[in-house]
Amino acid sequence: MMFKLETRPVPSAWMRYLSPVLAALLTLICGMVLFAALGRAPLEAFEVFFLSPVQDLNGVTELLLKASPLCLIALGLAIGFRANVWNIGAEGQLTLGAIFGGTLAIGFDGSSSPWLLPGMVLAGMLGGALWAAMAALLRTRFNANEILVTLMLTYIAKLLLGYLVDGPLKDPNGQNFPQSIMFGDAALFPMLVEGTRLNASALLTVLAVPLAWLFLSKSFAGYQMQVGGQAPAAARYAGFSESRSIWLGLLISGAAAGLAGVGEVAGPLGQLQPSASPGYGFAAIIVAFLGRLHPVGIVLASLLMSLLYLGGESAQMSLQLPNAITGLFQGMLLFFLLGCDLLVNYRLRRRQPVVRASSTAAAKVEA
Amino acid sequence: MLDHTAALLALTLSAGTPLVFAALGELVTEKSGVVNLGVEGMMLVGAIAAFATVASGGSLWAGVAAGAVAGMGMALIFAVLALSLQANQYASGLALSIFGIGLSAFVGKAWLGTAIQGFQPVSLPGLSAIPLLGPALFKQTPMVYLAFLLFAAISWLLYRSKAGLVLRAVGESPESAHAIGYAVIRIRYMATLFGGACCGVAGAYLALSYTPMWVENMTAGAGWIALALTVFATWRPLRVLLGAYLFGGVTILQFHAQGLGVAIPSQLLSMLPYLATIVVLVLISRNSQMIRLHAPASLGKPFLGGG
Repeated sequence: MMFKLETRPVPSAWMRYLSPVLAALLTLICGMVLFAALGRAPLEAFEVFFLSPVQDLNGVTELLLKASPLCLIALGLAIGFRANVWNIGAEGQLTLGAIFGGTLAIGFDGSSSPWLLPGMVLAGMLGGALWAAMAALLRTRFNANEILVTLMLTYIAKLLLGYLVDGPLKDPNGQNFPQSIMFGDAALFPMLVEGTRLNASALLTVLAVPLAWLFLSKSFAGYQMQVGGQAPAAARYAGFSESRSIWLGLLISGAAAGLAGVGEVAGPLGQLQPSASPGYGFAAIIVAFLGRLHPVGIVLASLLMSLLYLGGESAQMSLQLPNAITGLFQGMLLFFLLGCDLLVNYRLRRRQPVVRASSTAAAKVEA
Repeated sequence: MLDHTAALLALTLSAGTPLVFAALGELVTEKSGVVNLGVEGMMLVGAIAAFATVASGGSLWAGVAAGAVAGMGMALIFAVLALSLQANQYASGLALSIFGIGLSAFVGKAWLGTAIQGFQPVSLPGLSAIPLLGPALFKQTPMVYLAFLLFAAISWLLYRSKAGLVLRAVGESPESAHAIGYAVIRIRYMATLFGGACCGVAGAYLALSYTPMWVENMTAGAGWIALALTVFATWRPLRVLLGAYLFGGVTILQFHAQGLGVAIPSQLLSMLPYLATIVVLVLISRNSQMIRLHAPASLGKPFLGGG
């Protein structure tokens, strides 16, 4: 080995911020190699994947449309992750948010009340929070691992949505398709930019960023949670309640994911469908890590992740590559980030040429 | 009636088999003190590797081998991250699952809708003539028998061999194991790779034996259930085996409830395995003393010493 690892005396602040950038670059390089291996010109593929999706207004609004739920969910998850609360089931909480908000829209179909949409938003947050609360209850009361419980609840949530759109909430005039009626105008977020799909739910995300920042950096509860995550023993000694952290972490992230779910059904989808999200709940986990569990970082990371979604769609259309390439890139990004994070605590040193062995040999000869 | 019961038992066994492979593999990994949450991803990549091998003309057993190698390759990525680069084990495992779901869907695009001739049941002469249990246990596809063998091998290895003793020592107290001269990191690597191979075989079983075709996300959460099984089994092989077949039974129940005249929509019945996982997890976890007593003491904690 030419290099060796050396423990840094203090973790490098520089590397903390550089390592996501490094990870993105390595993913890019790997992606180019992958394109080349698939027989596509890497530069052309790069253009199709990363540049062409955002070349016009429509592309930019699509980027924001996808970044918004990712950012929102990741902000919620980051609050829990900081306290070592591993909510991995945001996808399920998103689905419940979609179900709760959507049911309200269907129940009040034809209503033109200005209160319908706010009601849906609240219902969605409540749905997501309730789904997460089950995990919180089972964790605090019975010590059941929240990773596994939230994941199982995700599968249950997806089946529940599948049942509803194929049963009670099915559109009677929908030619037997498993989907609900289209929502009325009062149950849809107004458009922000005419002629695009970007809607007002993105504003809720814009609002959530400073709120999350305030909670994480300025509130006592946020501080307690952070201490609990970094030094559980110290937190116990200080009398900070672990179960309160678990409840807060799960309820906040569940509500955020539920809100994102309403944003989908009352936004681009406009109805309940068997699936409410193209995996935003899972991708948001990567966004949270990539953004260093910090609101500003999460905003940037969600834009990058959203670009990956658009790039995947664009690669599917222009290069006939499977859309699943998005998931591949997402996973790769997280791998590289985790790998690069080594450099926060260690630094690479070029190893001194090995002279010791030969000098001892020389010493022996002399003797 | 007896025939019907035997048939249900046989189905239960075949439905539980992927969980046997995956959960036993994860058990070995966790016994060394490493939690790999990438089971779902490793299974999926194993499944597509096995399927692609057979669909492009390889033999069924070559497919199984390909699944094992693919699972091992996935586990290697995890091991490099979590063991060599000391990344958080939970995050690395999640990354592996996300990556595996994407990778298998990407590679599998070419094979969607392709059919292959999977493993056929083989009756073990003599044994399959035993009333009731014979047809249930011994008229199965070869991979079901392979799962029995794996169970026997791992039980013996963990509790009757020196290698198992070393493995458990590394999981209980890596510092002591290191102090008496065992290469903790290398042993953890081997346990992780072995677990990956088992998960790959679990995927191969799904794609070659249980439902011989390729469907995106065909594991449908079995990987996560396998992870829950290790907790449920409080890290003991026999309980992993029984637990896996118990879940196999729940899965089969779900298919046969309608045949038994239960008028419940299929989606709600499909929730049963996941609900059962939560219930079982709660029942086991609430006895925290039992978990603490049986879980490898260093589970999930990185080892920072030399290796």
